[in-house]
Amino acid sequence: MALLQISEPGMASAPHEQHLAVGIDLGTTNSLVATVRSGVATVLSDAHGRRLLPSVVRYHADGKVDVGYPAQAKAAVDPKNTIVSVKRFMGRGLKDVAHLESAPYDFVDAPGMVQLCTAAGIKSPVEVSAEILRVLRERAEQSLGGSLAGAVITVPAYFDDAQRQATKDAGRIAGLNVLRLLNEPTAAAIAYGLDNAAEGLYAVYDLGGGTFDLSILKLSRGVFEVVATSGDSMLGGDDFDQRVFCWAVEQAKLPPLGPRDTRLLQMKAREAKEHLTFHGEAPITAKLSTGELVDLVLDTETFGSISQTLVQKTLVPLRKALRDAGLTADDVKGVVMVGGATRMPQVQRAVAEFFRRDPLNNLDPDKVVALGAAMQANVLAGNKPQGEDWLLLDVIPLSLGLETMGGLAEKVIPRNTTIPAAKAQEFTTFKDGQTAMSFHVVQGERELVSDCRSLARFELRGIPPMAAGAARIRVTFQVDADGLLSVSAREATTGAEASVTVKPSYGLGDADIERMLRDSFEHAKEDVHARALAEAAVDGQRLLHATRSALDADKGLLSLEEFEVIEGAMKHLEARLAGADHRAIKQATEALGRATDDFAGRRMDEGIRRALAGKKIGSL
Amino acid sequence: MSAGAAKALTSSGLHSHFELFGLSPAFALDAEALERSYRDIQSRVHPDRFAHAGDAERRASLQWTTRVNEAYRTLKSPVQRAKHLLELRGVDVAFETNTQMPADFLMQQLELREALESATGRKDAAALDALRSSLSLSRKVLEKQIGEAIDVGKDYPGAAELVRKLMFLERLDAEIDSAYEEIE
Repeated sequence: MALLQISEPGMASAPHEQHLAVGIDLGTTNSLVATVRSGVATVLSDAHGRRLLPSVVRYHADGKVDVGYPAQAKAAVDPKNTIVSVKRFMGRGLKDVAHLESAPYDFVDAPGMVQLCTAAGIKSPVEVSAEILRVLRERAEQSLGGSLAGAVITVPAYFDDAQRQATKDAGRIAGLNVLRLLNEPTAAAIAYGLDNAAEGLYAVYDLGGGTFDLSILKLSRGVFEVVATSGDSMLGGDDFDQRVFCWAVEQAKLPPLGPRDTRLLQMKAREAKEHLTFHGEAPITAKLSTGELVDLVLDTETFGSISQTLVQKTLVPLRKALRDAGLTADDVKGVVMVGGATRMPQVQRAVAEFFRRDPLNNLDPDKVVALGAAMQANVLAGNKPQGEDWLLLDVIPLSLGLETMGGLAEKVIPRNTTIPAAKAQEFTTFKDGQTAMSFHVVQGERELVSDCRSLARFELRGIPPMAAGAARIRVTFQVDADGLLSVSAREATTGAEASVTVKPSYGLGDADIERMLRDSFEHAKEDVHARALAEAAVDGQRLLHATRSALDADKGLLSLEEFEVIEGAMKHLEARLAGADHRAIKQATEALGRATDDFAGRRMDEGIRRALAGKKIGSL
Repeated sequence: MSAGAAKALTSSGLHSHFELFGLSPAFALDAEALERSYRDIQSRVHPDRFAHAGDAERRASLQWTTRVNEAYRTLKSPVQRAKHLLELRGVDVAFETNTQMPADFLMQQLELREALESATGRKDAAALDALRSSLSLSRKVLEKQIGEAIDVGKDYPGAAELVRKLMFLERLDAEIDSAYEEIE
């Protein structure tokens, strides 16, 4: 007979314990952190009550780092050391970056990802983003009064594998347990859908500072299903600023500008763009370092005509997403507008014309992504009981493939495939006695490898010598719930003789990340050991808690001996958690993980069996 | 499918994608029942359910969800569903090597591709629309015939030939897609 478990008041653990979890919108222009408090998603503000954190990071020669408003205030004075819109550089090589000529930085072309030379040394975009994330983590920890169990970080749906991995690495360096990377339009759809009890087909038009996403989702009770997604990861509000900037340079007949004047005029261009949302014309006045005075007026019509091609450019992915989904504009029930750049009247008008209906603007386009991310973080942290949570089905935005003969890309997993997904493909040797084979993993829709994004190159060695065409090399692509890829190759005729697994990581190895992690703690004057202990404790507690509820639900799947082994590992971990040795806690956590490995598999099988049994009873 | 997923699959004793969703193996599909069952299973195994769980559970969840997604994708696609059924019936489909098609069908395909090329050359979106809707009609006719061949006539070799035809049409559909992108 089962005994009721009664815990002491205040010591109550398991089911109702709330884990502190946040959603972070790591934006090109501004970033936000939100959480769910007493069932309501709220954006957290800083000590001055400000919710937005400008995504601006300034490096000083002494290693000090300013983030947000103080950095933004110096953007025009110290342009080289003040990094704005760093998201544009995430996971990007030098040749992929648009408007390089007007970016005032000293770029360093590193393999995989561009780096920036600052007064505080060479910085990777990952480190710069980590500074922003760390400020948001600290804000959340102060405001929630505890260490975070986890965070959901949003990324543009159209981000490729390199950009996603870079974002996840930045989270790690900022000391966050990244529960999931969530696509921005999907996050917006969650916030919108839950707020409005929306059902049916919806499009999310998300024009941010530097990226454009268009996702089509099928919303029904408890399910958010992405049907198709498309976009342009090099198109955003920044490009509208750039058009205004170029117009101003041309109108005022300015000579090529230095970094300070460029930054100054770019900021004036942005102000003018924002002004035009509510006014018919906007002044652009600036005093350049040469003493020259720029004094222009930009009106709505001119702004409309100089930015028309940009607006039209957003309609291309829109049509593509509809085609991929097999839908027409009329099938879409509503269009949710997300991102500050959708405030521009010409954008609103173009979307309204395309769909022949007014877009939905009832949520703050700056906050909706962070709010949706917070709601998802709350679910992922296990704070919502089953039945009150929801199922989220997302897709990969770009096809994943391999290079084949003649520089052609062969698609292995096509775009818009629901994730997690895996696909295996067989290859064979080309020459007699060939013992190695090299693979080139690419992402993109184009036929030529040179037009796709190169994700990784790896070699499978130790293939036993055979006649050409006799070896069977099985290459498996696995995409996880974050949309991140790992690839493994294995020679099949002889079994596990040769196998390799790669996670594309764009020049950032584990050692680099370790170093960045150390650096970031050093200058933040945080105690590395205290942090490591806190993290190990959170992990350990989480596994203990998960194991306890698994045992409560499915103890019956274990023999007495198996149960005792798991219980022993739990006791051991509990004892270690009482101490202060983070390595011992980590080891005990791993040991419990191993002890429950088989149990986890069995529980999952049981889950399916129950689902099927339910079906049969229902159909009788 | 990963090795782990394959293992999980056998350990639970499921052999076909149909069985996974509690459906009887047939080409005619109860799309609503499939979707219901898919969502029901996903809501139990999806990684979002196990984001705060241990490594072992997260791994098992990833493998199961991957498997369920693949099965769902296979059953939703008429070509993949038919191939899966024929394989279950022990018919060697060998679609990659067997490319022999009736001459009149090939002629027709050639004409359709010429029409596609000329529409692309003229940047004629309306012509692409027309091509696509006539293609969608032909596909529906073929799907109906495949259903009859498999479910009623049990004529598997006959069905295999129809599936090959349907694959040609699918490829054409993909080419129309790229044509739209090219003219934009």
